[in-house]
Amino acid sequence: MKIVAVCGMGIGTSVLLKMNAEKVLRTLGVDADVEAADIGVARGMARDAQIVLTSEEFASEIGDVPAQVIVIDNFFDLEEITTKLKAALPE
Amino acid sequence: MSRTLADELSDDAVILGAEAPDWRSAIRIAGDALTASGSTTDEYTAEMIRAVEELGPYIVIAPSIALAHSRPSPAVLKTGISWVSLAHPVEFGHAANDPVRLVVGLAAVDHDSHLTTMSNLAGVLSGDIDSLLEATNPEQLRALIRDNTQ
Repeated sequence: MKIVAVCGMGIGTSVLLKMNAEKVLRTLGVDADVEAADIGVARGMARDAQIVLTSEEFASEIGDVPAQVIVIDNFFDLEEITTKLKAALPE
Repeated sequence: MSRTLADELSDDAVILGAEAPDWRSAIRIAGDALTASGSTTDEYTAEMIRAVEELGPYIVIAPSIALAHSRPSPAVLKTGISWVSLAHPVEFGHAANDPVRLVVGLAAVDHDSHLTTMSNLAGVLSGDIDSLLEATNPEQLRALIRDNTQ
């Protein structure tokens, strides 16, 4: 499974999102490769990803990709990330 | 061992109880602290403000917390972080997480050099930030951060 965490610059918010998503995935026992990306390269990377994690601002900019786009409000809220990731993960 | 978040925060990089009338001022204070601690030139501060003008207030990543940053550029002299607590909460225009009480400024020379710091930051900011906001001097803040760094 490939997950892309997207932000504007690719060094700040997406890195935090990637770290916390990895924490959640470990707890859930899900084997996934999480990458951080800036919005410029995100569209390309999202093409072969199953899930895109991002903030409200970028959700619409990612455009038409096969991946499920999940909006996270609080990047530090592991419960929010867990709930939203669980809903998006295949059974 | 790599430097932890508390090591990164020199006295020059910490401004507590700052007065900022609006989000641009709040980011400018965080940028000035990065410049004062030798991480960036003034141009980086302008880049951080431009990022929000162009991309929106997405840097408000959690309730009360903004992570002001731009991308690696010649305006970044070394990887570093600044910490600005605001005397009065400031609206950044974020739908879910306004108003902001803490602005963390981040400058990175590349995509990897700041990962330990970011991991520490994630740990520290996931907890209760109220006690961090009550710090009245940089040494006290560093002690609180060390207590919350695994």
